[in-house]
Amino acid sequence: MLEKAIKGEKKYWGWLAFLLVLIGIGLAAYLYQFFVGLKITGLSRDVSWGFYIAQLTYLVGVAAGGVMVVLPYYLHDYKAFGKITILGEFLAIAAVIMCMLFVFVDVGQPVRIMNVALHPTPNSILFWDFTVLSVYLLLNVVVGWNVLSAELKDIHYQKWVKFLIYVSIPWAFSIHTVTAFLYQGLPGRHYFLTAIMAARFLSSAFAAGPAILILLCLIVRKVSRFDPGKEAIRTLGGIVTYAFIINVFFFLLELFTAFYSQIPGHMHPIVFLFSGLHGVDTLVPWMWTAAGFTVVALILLVVPSTRRNLDTLAVGCGAVIIATWIDKGLGLIIGGFTPTPFETVTPYWPTLPEMAVSVGVYALGFFILTVLYKIAVGIKEEAAGLST
Amino acid sequence: MYDGGKIIIGIVIGLAILLFPFYTNIGKAAKAPEPELTAKAKEAGKCIEPKEFMTSGHMKMLDEWRDEVVRQADRYYKSDWTGEVYYKSLQVTCMECHSNKSKFCDKCHNYADVDPFCWDCHIAPEESDNGPQ
Amino acid sequence: MGLNRRDFLRIAGLSALAGLGGKTAFEILAPGELEASEVPLPKGVKWGMLINMHKFDDALTKKCIEACHKYHNVPNIGNPKEEVKWIWTDSFHHTFPGQENEYQSEDIEEMPFLLLCNHCTNPPCVRVCPTKATFKREDGIVAMDMHRCIGCRYCMAACPYGSRSFNWGDPRLAPEALNPEFPQNPDYPTRSKGVVEKCNFCAERLAKGEQPACVEAAREENEEAMIFGDLGDPDSEIRKALREHYTIRRKPELGTGPNVFYVI
Repeated sequence: MLEKAIKGEKKYWGWLAFLLVLIGIGLAAYLYQFFVGLKITGLSRDVSWGFYIAQLTYLVGVAAGGVMVVLPYYLHDYKAFGKITILGEFLAIAAVIMCMLFVFVDVGQPVRIMNVALHPTPNSILFWDFTVLSVYLLLNVVVGWNVLSAELKDIHYQKWVKFLIYVSIPWAFSIHTVTAFLYQGLPGRHYFLTAIMAARFLSSAFAAGPAILILLCLIVRKVSRFDPGKEAIRTLGGIVTYAFIINVFFFLLELFTAFYSQIPGHMHPIVFLFSGLHGVDTLVPWMWTAAGFTVVALILLVVPSTRRNLDTLAVGCGAVIIATWIDKGLGLIIGGFTPTPFETVTPYWPTLPEMAVSVGVYALGFFILTVLYKIAVGIKEEAAGLST
Repeated sequence: MYDGGKIIIGIVIGLAILLFPFYTNIGKAAKAPEPELTAKAKEAGKCIEPKEFMTSGHMKMLDEWRDEVVRQADRYYKSDWTGEVYYKSLQVTCMECHSNKSKFCDKCHNYADVDPFCWDCHIAPEESDNGPQ
Repeated sequence: MGLNRRDFLRIAGLSALAGLGGKTAFEILAPGELEASEVPLPKGVKWGMLINMHKFDDALTKKCIEACHKYHNVPNIGNPKEEVKWIWTDSFHHTFPGQENEYQSEDIEEMPFLLLCNHCTNPPCVRVCPTKATFKREDGIVAMDMHRCIGCRYCMAACPYGSRSFNWGDPRLAPEALNPEFPQNPDYPTRSKGVVEKCNFCAERLAKGEQPACVEAAREENEEAMIFGDLGDPDSEIRKALREHYTIRRKPELGTGPNVFYVI
């Protein structure tokens, strides 16, 4: 099946070459960080987690989002999703690999990272995150590969694959719940210490993941002869809509608790994010941009005609992705560490090397995604008799 | 065979590259390392365990020590061989006698091309050009 | 009849999983304590520290901080972003956020509170560490295993007191002008980049029967300034002082059970 990835047109190779350049830049930046230390990032004693961990958090959500295609197809026999479950699984693989890479680049002693496996610590949520992400990666690789091979050979996949698919459905929920638990149980961080964190995470994931999947399907429609199907894309659009509405609702719930109770610990992080605190307002323009995109997304997605129309749906999905990324990929972690345990504010912003490493990791993820999609689309074209 | 000439030339070049380290070093044996003892070490006459054991086993012993000291607060080592009790510390105990790291520890480590990262944290004793202080 | 290859592989795989799962299941019953419980220390000791802020001035706090940082080769990085500190001073507002009121005395406003790791009875940092690199000893000390730390900084996120520092760069490369004669204690290691560190209640000094460096430095000037002792012994000096004075601890409502008590 891999041979499908090495036959492509100029645009395919051009895209891969571009990604390789970005990967190279990221690698160079990472080597710099490896030898000098994490001081090259914007992280500090007070804000000790930042951009890298935020990307991990966002991408775990994207990885979990694939279940929104798998669940309806396998548990409810929603046939329209049959053509795109593999795309959801491959997106999950690329996303989980990026997650693990973001952990790797964030850790101070990466050569010792196997200590997490050598000294299992069940009371540590990080241990469980490591475990569930690894298993989820394995599940998607095994299931995706077997289902695709079966399609290529025009036979039905083996029964044990079905069992793994059933496991992957609650497992997808678990990976993002466990990731939420990383933050949700920390006694000193009031922005995180809320029961609704896991629910917020899941709703955001089930909006962002399928939104990304919709955009990918639309791209696939444009650059190949494989058509994921308008019905599948539209149903996904509906899922994104509901998930996003729930996500916004949960956020409003947080606002109520914080501002009606008037407890400083609850209010201060939100005030920091949306209005600035102690003169530090780095995130304010970002959060309000996210709010703006949220409104745009809600309008485009809730209004049936703009949700049905694939072009406006694409814009809506883009808005969802931007809004959820700002919320999780910037606001969440930085907001969680602000103010500090001393009620002071230490500004944080990723440095250039930090961003370069992140771009490199994203580029590697997109590279893997492109190759996997090339294989999947190639096989589907062949199966449908569409290839030359 | 087809393209026989090119293939044979390729094989020859490949072998030449692969075997380079071997034929360039024929007749040149690297000398076995001879770690030097400081005056203090010679005076002591013996280490905490026999030389043969220390040569082959000090790595494992230090590895065990670091977990015992840090994680179990077990800071003292009774040697069955000398009968004495020692404070388990590379930096404080071992290096007290073997303070000439560059002429002792590094001799074998360089020969075997190992780079123990103990010294990233544990402080190596200062050495002057005239020898250990 | 015999086993065919498929069945054999199936059984072997399941047995391996059961074996691996069993070990983890066992550890779930005693999370993070299996190793710490093997510590053979003076039985029943529970270390605690009392800091009487009325006996402190800027000069004395400085003496304590220098004693600690010198003994443990804590580098002066020179900027608050990457600073490494095991013990430091801060204002009442920052030490006890939420406790302040606008009408309190100037004395309290100006007190240089000494902050350090509280060696909590129920430490969240130990709960979150994925490798048990930070662990709680039987004598109550929350210890750091620098050999095992992977530098994930989860403990820093979990600590509600900001007691932990990370080595963002190589501590030996800290500015020379700020660190003449670094490392100042050749009997204690430095750390490498990429690991977390914090106050360790001078465990290695306690093992020799000495008091922690900061306590020793403080008591040279005034024996009532700092008391370090066994909270488990009702007749110990610290227990007597705790009965004599009303003490407060940092953020007790979080259930961490901090063992550093302040007389204010």
